[in-house]
Amino acid sequence: MSNEMNKLRVPTVAEMIANNERPDILFWVGCSGSFDDRAKKISKAIVKILNYCNIKFAILGAEESCTGDPAKRAGNEFAFMMQAIQNIELLKGYEIQKIVTGCPHCFNTLKNEYPELGADFEVVHHTQLINQLIREGRLLLKGGGKFEGKKITFHDPCYLGRANDVYEAPREVLEKLDAELVEMKRSKAKGLCCGAGGAQMFKDAEKGNKEINIERTQDAIEVNADYIATGCPFCNTMMTDGIKHFEKEEKVKVLDIAELISNAADL
Amino acid sequence: MISQLLFIVLLVVGFGFFSFNISKIRKNISLGKPLDRSDNKAQRIKTTLLVALGQKKMFQRIVPALLHLFIYVAFLFTSTELIEIIADGISGSHRFFLNKLGWIYVLLISTIEVLSVLAFISTLYFLARRNLLQVPRFKMSEMTGWPKLDGNIILYLEIVLLVCVFTMNGADEALFLQGKSHVAGSGSFGFLISSFTAPYFFNYFDVETLIILERVGWWGHILVVFGFLNYLPYSKHFHIVMAFPNTYFSNLNNKGAFNNLSSVKEEVLKMFDPSFDPYATPTEGEASVPDRFGAKDVEDLTWKSLMDAYTCTECGRCTSACPASQTGKLLSPRKIIMDTRDRLEEVGANKRNNGPDFKDNKSLLGDYISEEEIWACTSCNACVQECPVSIDPLSIIIDLRRYLVMEESKVPSELAGMLTNIENNGAPWQFAQADRNNWVDE
Repeated sequence: MSNEMNKLRVPTVAEMIANNERPDILFWVGCSGSFDDRAKKISKAIVKILNYCNIKFAILGAEESCTGDPAKRAGNEFAFMMQAIQNIELLKGYEIQKIVTGCPHCFNTLKNEYPELGADFEVVHHTQLINQLIREGRLLLKGGGKFEGKKITFHDPCYLGRANDVYEAPREVLEKLDAELVEMKRSKAKGLCCGAGGAQMFKDAEKGNKEINIERTQDAIEVNADYIATGCPFCNTMMTDGIKHFEKEEKVKVLDIAELISNAADL
Repeated sequence: MISQLLFIVLLVVGFGFFSFNISKIRKNISLGKPLDRSDNKAQRIKTTLLVALGQKKMFQRIVPALLHLFIYVAFLFTSTELIEIIADGISGSHRFFLNKLGWIYVLLISTIEVLSVLAFISTLYFLARRNLLQVPRFKMSEMTGWPKLDGNIILYLEIVLLVCVFTMNGADEALFLQGKSHVAGSGSFGFLISSFTAPYFFNYFDVETLIILERVGWWGHILVVFGFLNYLPYSKHFHIVMAFPNTYFSNLNNKGAFNNLSSVKEEVLKMFDPSFDPYATPTEGEASVPDRFGAKDVEDLTWKSLMDAYTCTECGRCTSACPASQTGKLLSPRKIIMDTRDRLEEVGANKRNNGPDFKDNKSLLGDYISEEEIWACTSCNACVQECPVSIDPLSIIIDLRRYLVMEESKVPSELAGMLTNIENNGAPWQFAQADRNNWVDE
């Protein structure tokens, strides 16, 4: 494919409105998806899927700002509230009806904590949207590509699973890869945290005898997974670090569900 | 006649002292901050039936769940027998309902006997599990001293209670076989277990001994029941009462939704309001700033968190599922709840003894729970998910963090940086907001 074909189409809401258009759905990229080198690839994979399915979406671009999730979990309700009130003002101004996020933390905050502060929009996690697109036949997978027959295990993000009871959508998507889906000994409601939630991503862990991501990565290594599928940029970082710790980078890859799908669909 | 009087005195004292302790606990729980859990009554009843009565979440671990179920069902059925014991105790009758209920009575007592055997086996297993088997969650630092003793006392009391039930029924059956029972004639009551045990274990005794044994069983039974009743408010075993209201009032929202502090919202809205006059006198009805953001002590927590504390039976499922605890950090969600109860008992006693405004210069945060513990939490909700009686340790941890951060500006240095970044450039890292969509063209 030429570079021109390969170019991502990622309009901002402001650009769309300038062209007298409105997005059907807002892609909330999130801070990780915007700034973290690893997570940017996940953002691109999501965009490739949205582009391929001709979804009329937009991002906020430079107008996007942190949802306030890490501030709230760290106990700083003031910083959270500043972010929330400004974000809600912006989203209401743009009359946003539906949001897809690339991060379960943004997803949880927008979906559960913003409505009481005046927000009124539907929020889905990208694995839910991808699952819906596949179900509706808008995203066709001709087999699982290079993932066919491989062992894939899904690491439930706490803020998607326990926090919001979304367990099946990511698994339904993974089933389309014709891979061997294996569950770790702790999964779904019993899934073990990667160690990054509750603002832990931004600090060193307290004194203990082990890092949480090492404990969790062992679960994945125990089931001999070729791929650890994630749905959260923080989990992705933690599991990638865990795999590096065990020097298994060659054997075990850590990929977001959006990356697995865009790769399998050769987008 | 004397024994009837004695019984009535015991009954009044037993229930009286229990009610007195319950009212103390009610007062302690109402020291908490308001929280509205009056919505969704149908959903709440359903949750209570499933989780408290139906023990849905216990069945995540099948062996302890079944054994616990035997003791629980035996307890529920034996409680119905109490009605007869009270009727007999007051009126001086013997087996008040025997002739009134006929075969239903035989079925009921037989059920109680079978359940009692199952409960007996379960209790022995639980004693072994607590003291002989190496179950990690029963060996942690918060499970030494009183909590360990408490767990054992409950099981010993259960053993005594069950032995009394079997002695009472077995001796009574033997007397009836010999035609010496309070009940006219001779024969078998037909109770499933005692009609089997009486000929083997009780027929060797003479009538006088049997009468004494029957009375010892009867009085022992009711004394243990009164003792147990009044032990409950001091014990983790209080969960048999609190599991019901605590599940009824549990959080029905998605577990990821943390509450928004309306006082903070008001403050922030004022900051954004150009017409706001900071020197104006507050208009009536306007939300005033609370004494404190977040929680330093038990009175800053919501009443539901305080109810949680009285509901905990210290099983430790929360702690065994906690990622921080599993990796050797100081945090144990069970300890958070146990500390909250201990501190609340202390605050309540202070208020009763020294007046409502008494301060002992101690607090939950600092004297009971350390900063290191609360900063080790990943807010992953595993503890909340695991609790069989819908306790939420996470909301206490977050309220304590809120106090530390917003009132004392005490925050781990890396987090201080993260918070500054969010305030300055709308991201937890130091990147300019203007660069947010650079990734598109990279």
